[in-house]
Order: sequence, then C-alpha cells, then structure tokens
Amino acid sequence: MTGTNPGISSAANGVAPGMHPAVDPAIDAAAHSSAPGGLVKSVVELDRVVIRLAGDSGDGMQLTGGRFTSETASFGNDLSTLPNFPAEIRAPTGTLPGVSSFQLHFADHDIMTPGDAPDVLVVMNPAALKANLVDLPGGGLLIADSDEFTPRNLAKVGYASNPLEDGSLEKWQLVSVPLTSMTTDALADSGLGKKEAERSKNMFTLGLLSWMYHRPTEGTIRFLERQFRRKPQIAAANIAAFRAGFNYGETTEAFAVSYEVKPAPMAPGKYRHISGNQALSYGLVAAGQRSGLPVFLGAYPITPASDILHELSKHKAYGVRTFQAEDEIAGIGAALGASFGGALGVTTTSGPGVALKAETIGLAVMTELPLLIVDVQRGGPSTGLPTKTEQSDLLQALYGRNGEAPVPVIAPRSPGDCFDATLEAARIALTYRTPVILLSDGYLANGAEPWSIPATDELPDLRTEFATEPNGEDGEFLPYLRDPETLARPWAVPGTAGLQHRIGGLEKADKTGNISYDPENHDFMTRTRQAKVDGIAASIPATEVDDPDGDARVAVIGWGSTYGPIGAACRRIRASGRSIAQVHLRHLNPLPADLGEILARYDRVVCPEMNLGQLAMVLRAKYLVDVHSHTQVRGLPFRAAELAAVFQDVIDGTTGTVATLDTGSDTPAQTGAAL
Amino acid sequence: MTAIESTNAHVHDLGMPAAGPDVTTISGAIDASVAANGPKQTTLKAKDLKTDQEVRWCPGCGDYVILNAVQSFLPSLGIAREDMVIVSGIGCSSRFPYYMNTYGMHSIHGRAPAIATGLAASRPDLSVWVVTGDGDALSIGGNHLIHTLRRNVNLTILLFNNRIYGLTKGQYSPTSEVGKVTKSTPMGSIDAPFNPVSLALGADATFVGRAMDSDRKGLTDVLRQAAEHQGTSLVEIYQNCNIFNDGAFELLKDPATGPMWTIPLVHGEPLVFGPGGASCVVRDDFGGLRIAETNQVDASQIVVHDAHREDPSYAFALSRLSSQDLRYSPMGVFRSVAKPTYDRMMADQLEDAAAQEPADLDALLAGSDSWTVS
Repeated sequence: MTGTNPGISSAANGVAPGMHPAVDPAIDAAAHSSAPGGLVKSVVELDRVVIRLAGDSGDGMQLTGGRFTSETASFGNDLSTLPNFPAEIRAPTGTLPGVSSFQLHFADHDIMTPGDAPDVLVVMNPAALKANLVDLPGGGLLIADSDEFTPRNLAKVGYASNPLEDGSLEKWQLVSVPLTSMTTDALADSGLGKKEAERSKNMFTLGLLSWMYHRPTEGTIRFLERQFRRKPQIAAANIAAFRAGFNYGETTEAFAVSYEVKPAPMAPGKYRHISGNQALSYGLVAAGQRSGLPVFLGAYPITPASDILHELSKHKAYGVRTFQAEDEIAGIGAALGASFGGALGVTTTSGPGVALKAETIGLAVMTELPLLIVDVQRGGPSTGLPTKTEQSDLLQALYGRNGEAPVPVIAPRSPGDCFDATLEAARIALTYRTPVILLSDGYLANGAEPWSIPATDELPDLRTEFATEPNGEDGEFLPYLRDPETLARPWAVPGTAGLQHRIGGLEKADKTGNISYDPENHDFMTRTRQAKVDGIAASIPATEVDDPDGDARVAVIGWGSTYGPIGAACRRIRASGRSIAQVHLRHLNPLPADLGEILARYDRVVCPEMNLGQLAMVLRAKYLVDVHSHTQVRGLPFRAAELAAVFQDVIDGTTGTVATLDTGSDTPAQTGAAL
Repeated sequence: MTAIESTNAHVHDLGMPAAGPDVTTISGAIDASVAANGPKQTTLKAKDLKTDQEVRWCPGCGDYVILNAVQSFLPSLGIAREDMVIVSGIGCSSRFPYYMNTYGMHSIHGRAPAIATGLAASRPDLSVWVVTGDGDALSIGGNHLIHTLRRNVNLTILLFNNRIYGLTKGQYSPTSEVGKVTKSTPMGSIDAPFNPVSLALGADATFVGRAMDSDRKGLTDVLRQAAEHQGTSLVEIYQNCNIFNDGAFELLKDPATGPMWTIPLVHGEPLVFGPGGASCVVRDDFGGLRIAETNQVDASQIVVHDAHREDPSYAFALSRLSSQDLRYSPMGVFRSVAKPTYDRMMADQLEDAAAQEPADLDALLAGSDSWTVS
C-alpha cells in the first residue's frame, strides 16, 4: 500500500511468529472464549494472516479470493493480493496444470507484499494440494475439501494413497471438510441439479472463511444479488451456500477458534480496494478529463492487459473511445492516428504486442505526437508465461526500436500507483509531444490493495495548447519549430485553417518538417529528439531515498512492482538493527538527474529485478557504478525473506560481519518487522 | 440521426464533455483558427491544393496524372482543405500527401488504413483519405485493408496498382501476374495474384470502384462517387510504372484494343461493350456471370448493372470476369451500398452513454465499495 504509510507496526500480538495459531483452543493461550450457538468458541487476535485458496480453474478461486478481498478491504485491514492462474481457460479438471490460486495477505498494520508463504491453505482438490503444499510452512492450517479426494482424483495427480487419511500431512494442522457435499446438502431444496449446486461450493468456502476471520458479509450478499440479478435462482443458491458455510463454522466442532485481525491504522480519508489494471484504466479516464482531450484506446486483446480494454470500454460517457483492432499494429496505428487528430491516443498490450508495435512507436518518435503505450509485462520471451509476472521488457521499452528512437519510460510500483503513474505518463506525452511507455506487470495488473481515493480537483493539470495560428516569420506554419524550454513541437490538429502540414516517418528538416536527407540536419534532428527526452529529467522531482537511520552503506535500487518485496525486505534488515537505503525508480527514461550522485554515495548498490539484470546493466553503463544484480524469473514476485537474505549478505560483505538474520520463509515475523 | 446526415454536416461535436474552463479543445482550436483566418474557404482551386514541395516521382510516372486529377476534382467537393487529411503508407504512391496542401501523414508500410481508422473514428468531421499501393495495401498491409473495409469506417482508399514494387526497384508484387520475371523472380513468379476488387468485395466493402490513371474523366467520376460515399470506399487505380513495369495496362489503354477488353460499369445500363457493342455480360448457369456475343443472346439476358445490390456476390462475379492479363476488365463502380459507418456508430454509443449516465470522475473513482477512515 502506498501513499498512506502509517509506519512500521509493532510486533505481533502474542501469537507464535509465522505460525497460524491452532484451531484447537486448548493449545493456544491467547484465546478468549465466546459462546455462539451453545458451543464454546474462542477468538484469537492476529496481527496478520496470509491465506491461499487453491482449486481447479473451474472452481471459482479467483472470484472467491476477490470477494474475500473486498470483505477484508471494507473491514479496514491493509491488504495485498496475488492471483496466480494458468494461461489455459479450463485445463483438464483435477490436473496440476489446471490449478488456480489466490493469495491474500491482510493485516492490522501497513503491509507491502502478498506474503511470502501462506499461513492458511485451502485446497479444493488433490491437484491443488499437490501444487501448493510445498509453500505451506509446517504447522500451517490446511483446509481440504475431502469430497474431492476420490481415488480417481488422487490418481490423476499421482497420489498412491489419500494424503488426508494416510498420515502424510501430520506436519500441518489438517482440517478435512466435505465442502462439496455440505454445499449440495444445503442446496437440496434449491431446485438446482447436483452439478449446478456443486458449483456453489466456493461460496460455501467463502462463508466458512468469513466466519473464521470475522469478515463482514453484507457486501458479498449484495454482490451476489447484483451479479446474478437476471438469475435469481442462482443468486439465491449462492447466498444460501455462503450462509451455510458461515453457519457451519459457527456450529461445527472442527473449528473451535475464530480469528480477528483488527483494522489497520490508515490516514483519514476515503478508501476502496483497487487492482492495477483498474487503477491504470481510471488513470487514463482521469488523464482525458484533466487534459480536456478525448481518450482513444486502440488495443488488441492480450493477457494480462485485456482488462484495461474491458474497463475503458465501459466509460464512453467520459469521451473515451475504445477500438478493438485487428492486431497489435492496428491498435497503436489507430491510436497514433487519433493523436494526430487531437486525441490522447493510447494503446495497451503486453511484451509480445510491444514487439509488434515497435515500428509505430518509431513513427510516433519521428512525428513527435503524444501517445501512451501501456505494456503490462508478462513472462517471456515469445509467448512465454502469459499469466505470470516478469520485468523483462525494460530493455525492449528503452531500446527496442530501429534507429535512435528515445522514448520516455515510466513504471508504477503498486496496484494503486498505476493511477498516478498513468497521469505522469500522460503529462510527459502531452507536454513533450512524445510517445511514452508505461511498464506495468502481471503482478500489479491483477494484484489489489486499498487505495486512498484522490480528490479529482487536486490531480495534475494536463491542459494542453493546440496550435491555432502560423508561427513562422513569413506567416507560414512551421510544424517542427520547437518550444525553447521543452523542445516540444506545436500540435496543430486537422481542421485548423492555415496550419495544414504533412508529417511522416522520413527524416524531417528542422522547423519546416519537410523531407530532408541532409547529413547535418539528420545529425541535428537525431540529437534534438534525444535532447528533448533527456530534458524531461528537469521536470522530475528529486529522487527519494528511504534511509530512516541515515547511515546506510548499502543501497538497494528497484523499479516497478518489486517495490513491495524490496520495501518489506528492507524493513526486516532494519528490524535486525542494520541500515539499508531504498531507492525506487518511477522514471526509467530519462533517469532522474540526481541518481548518479545518489548511487555514488554508497559502498554497494543492489538491484533486484525479475529479469536477468536489465536495469543493473543500464545503471552500470550510465553511472559506472558496480551494481550488484540479484535476479529471479519465476513468474512470481520476490519473497521478502529471500531478498532480505541477499541484502544481508551484501551488507555483511561490505562490513565484514557475519550474517545472523534467520530468513527462513516459515518465520517471517521473527524480527517483529511488519512485512 | 442517420450516418449520412451527420457526416455531411460540418460540425465539430467531438463527443467530449467539457473539462472545465480554459481548455483548448479540438473544436476550440478550430474555432480560434476560424476567428483568425475568417470562415473556412471551401471554394478552392486546384492550385490551392499544391504544396511548395518538388514532386519527386520518375518523369512519366502514372502518379502525376492521378495527382493532377485529384487536385482538379477535390475542390468540387466543397470541403475546406484543412478538413482533408491524406494518410499514406510506404511506396511510390505513398509520397502523395507531401504534394497536397491538406493535412497529411506519410506513415509506415501497410499501416495507413489503421492510422486513418483511428483518425476518422475520432474525428468524424474530417474527410480522410488513404493513398496506398499494391504492395502496401495488399501485401504488408493486407490485414488492415480487409478489416477497415468490413468495419466501414468513413474514409476513401485510393489503391494505386502498378503490379510491381517500384520504390524497392522492381520486385514482383501481390498483383503481378504468374510467370512475371523480375529481379526476385528470374524464373518467373509462381505466386497467384490478388484481384484487389475481388478481395475488397470478399471483405464486404460497401464501395468498390476501379479506374485507369490516364482516363481523367473515368477516374474523376469514380473518385467523386467514392468521396461522396459514407463508409469505406476502395478505388483501385491502374497506374503505369514506366520504369519497372512499363506498359502493364497497355492492353486497356491502347485505342485499338482497349474497347475490346474494357467493360464500362454504368449503374442502370446494360453491360454491353466492345467495338459496336459486340460483347456483353450475361448470367451463367451457376449463378455467376460470363461474357457473350451480343448478337447471340436475347437482349433480356444481358445484365443491367446494379451497383446498389446488397448482396456482394454480383459485384464479385463482375470482378471475376477479368483474367490476369486484363482481358475483360470492368471499369467504374462495382458496388456502392449504404450501411452505417463505424465512426458514426461509435459517436452514437458515446452520446448514448453520456445521456444515460453523465461523466462524474469523483463517482467513478469512488466506486460502489468504498469506506471512510476518520
């Protein structure tokens, strides 16, 4: 969560660190009793919980996770989510490739990541168990739908015996619950067939979890009524299953304890929870409103960017035109055509699409028109990992075009920050008349967090002047006569009398914009285009260095979605009594003017990236700094504990002391730091 | 409001809600220019459309003839030159915008229809033209061409077909005849060529015409109808490349052979052609069309040209009459039917959406599930 950081929270409240307290109150001293429904039930207070829901792609885990997130957000916890799903829409039922999961970290304090490892794992079938058990620390709570552990389903994933019964799971707190049959029992009078009734088992599960964690339920009931307003029978069944799950938790002896995670302190204001793609879409709508320009989105469906197209297509009332093009090239082509006509042209895609758009980005560089290119990065190369996250398009964004074609590059650092980063990208595009690449990624796109809703009249003023009169000494219009400060050329839209002009991809003569093959002119124009982009650095605020102790000798530098894990890892380092400075870049081209001087202050600079060291290479080339590159391309965000270990090693290598920080992923709260 | 009514009107309603005072909107910029320069000049002369740029096509190129024809006929449309935009791709023909004193963009290879689509869809007030060639439109840009045609965006596409790659110095193109010997096909081309008119009709284009570069009257006539058509118009212009494919259309241009092989298309007129009207077009037994000798058939069998037929298969059959060596080439308007245009429908959706729920950015950002921390 960004922008409303209340500071690092205090240590955990009497709960064994890193371990979800037992569901049996007899072994938990912190429990206090309550007595709903005649049963003696205890309530345990936790400061944070990481829950992972895992099931088949058809089990509705993403929806269930999304609803639990909404309940949690409206309750006031800070939260961070990690949806993780296969590229296949419906892989064969019950197989490992079909497993879809949703992880949610929520806390009574400010958190930065979706959690390294779950405290609670809910598995809807054997495949989900097999795929996810490796991540559940010993002692963690494991809830399994026992109905789905049939010989057939077990055989599908190679279990010789039923792990729910053969004792192989004794390292964990296993609770076997017949979720499916209890759902169908609850819906016996619903009029639905067995198959249809079974589909509500995710809502039964959500009900059970809602009881376990004291989540408010009204929002989910409203959601189900809204979602199925044309299918009242389905709405009623889902609500009945949801309530049955909740009531089951309250009455069963299987769960004798429920848990409370108090609301997190947040700065006063109005909040909602928001995903990166949603925030980015709202940023585009807001950019249109704040610039007074119609937004034109040209896009081709591609994972994980399509949700931006879906979202923007709902907002036609804001003057937003969405054009689903025949291909990636047409998407950006149409956006550039619209920009020529005076719109804020936007195209949204992922890495493979950026490759296809490269030539048109070059044309936008040459024609010097505003254009936003959104790259929601995914695992590459080629088709790669469509639904997984990666940061491996940085060099493509910076350099992936023919010729000297400088393009500003901006990266958001959290789901909510996608909103602000989009406005910043629009500011640069409109002020400097240039294409701008916005580098989001799959983790930001689908992850969600609480978002402090901004006051719209305090958003950046993006109003832009069109040329309305000739600017030449002889009354002619010079389309490449530049603003002396920004080096931007005038934006004269078709329909403006007297300013007819021709632009294109051939080299332009200075000022007139006519075709020119003159050697001196090409050298001048090439350097001028570069100078224009370099000059953007003058409009970037001073780089923030987060070094609370002020004596750090090691700095960690990151960009994009690694902000959360890096920040969480830095908190661990500081909680262990050491110092570390964190620098996080939003502007990747041009880099902030003060960055070289900042990096030179530190003995070592560490750069974690979800690629093979792309930013590190740029920093080394540009600043001659011996950057320590730490990389990972697993399709998943960094784990804070792993990063902390890396930082620790670097710090110890610098100071000569021995590492003592235990960074095992099963003890994330050991240091008392908030993660 | 129908598509035809709205796009003929010279309004600048761009569907953009006001964002507050002092915003330089597109219509604001246009109004300012009108205030500074007086009302829009719509009584142009051909010379008003010329630029100060030296025309750099090879001497004798068919493109000169087309440029002159376009500059001569455009003023008659009554559109101010600042309201015209010419978008081109890459190739000899695509230098066209530089020579027209309108707004223009010389873009990248094959992409002009996509760029023009974005412009026309966001600015229905403009007259948007695409100038392209056989390589640009049918090879590298084939995808954009067919999708633009099926969407029926309001723009006019001039496809200069010289059946060769000229700017890259003489390779065969997607319209070159099989067996064509070029630099890249020393033993003759083995690619079957596209018939651009058939291709366009296959994409359900609402307006398809064909004209000859040297036939000023015929070219102007087709161009005028294309420009007046609401939706995507495709005009294939046979254009001679006197350097790399000289005489490609001589069979049709030569006064001795041209009338024999040219089928003039005139809406409402029987398809009779050739010296003395010796040849005609009749229906064949399979629902297609065939050539017949006029004196061998009953007059009632001769097809009367109907460019407004909703079903494109008639126009398609017409386009299939010609062989790849250009014998029996129909020239004129194959098809011209009225359908809603993409840009108008898009504008209508914006208007409908705004009428249903006016823009409120605060409400949008707040959403339906917000909470307050005090």
